[in-house]
Amino acid sequence: MAYDLKMRVWRGDASGGALGDYVVPVETGEVVLDAIHRLQATQAGDLAVRWNCKAGKCGSCSAEINGRPRLMCMTRLSDFAEDETVTVTPMRTFPVIRDLVTDVSYNYEKAKQVPAVSLQPPDADGKRRMMQSDVARGQEFRKCIECFLCQNVCHVIRDHEDNKKAYAGPRFFLRYAELDMHPLDTEDRRKVTQDVAGLGMCNITKCCTEVCPEGIKITDNAIIPMKERVVDRKYDPVVWLGEKIFRRGDRASRTEV
Amino acid sequence: MTGNALDADTADSSGPHGIESHDYDVIVMGAGGAGLRAAIAAHDAGARVAVVCKSLLGKAHTVMAEGGIAASLGNLWPQDNWQVHFRDTMRGGKMLNNWRMAQLHAQEAPERVLELEEWGALFDRTDEGLISQRDFGGHRYARLAHVGDRTGLEMIRTLQQRAVHLGIDVFMECTVTELFKDGDRIAGAFAYWRETGRFLVLNAPAVVLATGGIGKSYQITSNSWEYTGDGHALALRAGATLINMEFVQFHPTGMVWPPSVRGLLVTESVRGDGGILRNSDGKRFMFDYVPEYFKAETADTEQEADGWYEDKVNNRRPPELLPRDEVARAINSEIKAGRGSPHGGVFLDIASRRSPEFIKRRLPSMYHQFKELADVDITAEPMEIGPTCHYVMGGVEVDADTGASLVEGLYAAGEVAGGMHGSNRLGGNSLSDLLVFGRRAGLNAAYYAERTKVRAPRVSDETISAAAERALAPFSATGGENPYTVQKDLQDVMQRLVGIIRTADELTESLGDLERLKARAKNLSVEGNRQYNPGWHLSIDLANMLTVSECIAKAALERRESRGGHTRDDFPGPDPYWGQLNIVLSLTDDDTIESKRQPLPVMPEELQALFEEN
Repeated sequence: MAYDLKMRVWRGDASGGALGDYVVPVETGEVVLDAIHRLQATQAGDLAVRWNCKAGKCGSCSAEINGRPRLMCMTRLSDFAEDETVTVTPMRTFPVIRDLVTDVSYNYEKAKQVPAVSLQPPDADGKRRMMQSDVARGQEFRKCIECFLCQNVCHVIRDHEDNKKAYAGPRFFLRYAELDMHPLDTEDRRKVTQDVAGLGMCNITKCCTEVCPEGIKITDNAIIPMKERVVDRKYDPVVWLGEKIFRRGDRASRTEV
Repeated sequence: MTGNALDADTADSSGPHGIESHDYDVIVMGAGGAGLRAAIAAHDAGARVAVVCKSLLGKAHTVMAEGGIAASLGNLWPQDNWQVHFRDTMRGGKMLNNWRMAQLHAQEAPERVLELEEWGALFDRTDEGLISQRDFGGHRYARLAHVGDRTGLEMIRTLQQRAVHLGIDVFMECTVTELFKDGDRIAGAFAYWRETGRFLVLNAPAVVLATGGIGKSYQITSNSWEYTGDGHALALRAGATLINMEFVQFHPTGMVWPPSVRGLLVTESVRGDGGILRNSDGKRFMFDYVPEYFKAETADTEQEADGWYEDKVNNRRPPELLPRDEVARAINSEIKAGRGSPHGGVFLDIASRRSPEFIKRRLPSMYHQFKELADVDITAEPMEIGPTCHYVMGGVEVDADTGASLVEGLYAAGEVAGGMHGSNRLGGNSLSDLLVFGRRAGLNAAYYAERTKVRAPRVSDETISAAAERALAPFSATGGENPYTVQKDLQDVMQRLVGIIRTADELTESLGDLERLKARAKNLSVEGNRQYNPGWHLSIDLANMLTVSECIAKAALERRESRGGHTRDDFPGPDPYWGQLNIVLSLTDDDTIESKRQPLPVMPEELQALFEEN
């Protein structure tokens, strides 16, 4: 069934902008991105929007739809009443470039600060052996499609521009946790996670987990365990001494970076 | 915006036109699997390298690859080795593959996969803790290294993280519009930043094309907006040649409903993990479509087919796992015969074959995709699927070992390169192709740049001004057409007349239509300004889409046989005469696409022997 969808779409650039009103013909089964594309093809050829896969796999089309951070390609129009106005605005945490496109370079800067994986040498046959149960933890975090919606809603940076300098955000806490839980990695990144990535500034309000389109349990499975690991490193003198003297446990094979 | 901040000092804006310019040894166009692997290789070889990509880093089309990376690691079936993989690949491509590429690919793929693991990829494991491998169409043994059904994401993220770690410069959201030459040699590229619309000049003696495919010229496609054949068209204009352009892969299983997701990929892993195809009568129809060529290795009873998943020694492969061209044609026939599903596809059923837990663990993205976008629970009901334009086998004619095109300094790797897959690509062979030939092209581009250092190519100011003028043309035109309308009409022509099943009449008609579209595309107008303006970007991409579409239609008309991804209703079978030939396309001085026939390279005897054993 086709109907006319009322849309409000933010148009503008770094110097300012406003919501524009549009009426877009849409069909059953369509998603917000379909409506945006039709708007672009027929009424606003220069409407700026990022997208690639249109299947929830690339994380390009993040925006705020009726105030909720979502992927436009995975937000079905059937979630809204036909007479409801759908409002689409750019992610708020990042500076606007134009229309729905924001400057997400903050995230790419933070990516550069993560010390890369550094594995033990392979077995004699040139292969590496890891159990599925051991890689599963890291695999959950590597489902991340870098849509940056978690970064967008993280209140540490959403309303505090100053914090961006010292805070990497949930997307990258996933990355630090993934490396710390890698069965064959040789580096101990707990200190950089705290000192460089600013893990301590997160106060686990779980906003990131709520918006993750991949359903990654960012707070429970990555951030909280990482916080515990950081605390272990800092405050448990017995563990610290034991590891120093006996070179025991997982940490024994890791070198602090 | 860039992934690795470009030092403001390295950008020189003091040229006569005030256009930002950068000097590198190697420019890589494209940041998918092939581009990133090429950049890493060029960096490792000591070159100053930059990656230029149309989207943000990590969003390239590789991210959508689902099934896995084909490599004969032999982790589950020790009988597997590069010879078996080579043989499967050549037979899947109906022997039209460049044998040397197929050989290098099969030999080097395992090493490339292990390298990804070294760089942090976390593949699914076997019980022994080794990299797990999955069954796929046309592969004799379970061979695809995978991570659930999101292998492409794992691959691109791993390569991206490696490239960032190495400090490779990435020009994100930056589109190349022209390649520069100094005499017969490559001299660099002209590009614009999508963000600002400003131009830039990239000076480099070597350019690696890793731009992917052409699928956006079709209406129903699994490809993203980026797939406009940029590399194919730029190579042609620079004087390189294209081969095998008539071979376009229609993946058998794309979503068909709702219309919004029509064409979206449904991974072959569904069949690799036990899924089967049924028509509206409930019949498992693939048994009726086993071609003579694959009879000896394909099961002829359901019992044998089902037994194969566990016991590959005593059973033959299910017909659902024939190469993609065979399955796509079969589905097409069933739909045409009126035995399709309600929304014009057929049924792909894994729900009745595997437990919900198994399906959710092995195919999490598919479960999610159908649940979210089609309200279908694939653990409880069958999916509706149909063919979707997925991949182009054709591409730049390259030297197998180095990836060098016929133009000095121009290299190509991945989907934009031709030859590796012959007339049809096996699933899983794309990701491995990207790694093997991305690396080779990157290394050789770096070596070439080093060799040519003493005589660096130069680009004249006039050439640069002319490139800027051409790129801006759509802004000065008034009363021209909307580029989106022309694109839509192009997709309609290609879908209707140059699709899965082709005839001389329809192909001839398509060439007439394409001429008219080319004329219309010369007179486009865009609204707005240069800042992040998709209408303007499309108006530039359209020229490339039209060029590659014409190449496909011309080559398809020329090849009077049916083979792999090229099916002619008027020439239904394969013809040994054409089985010895590539169709090579080039651009003449007056901008006409010219085709000639060229004999395939001859396979050495020791490799030929591999095909005589069975």
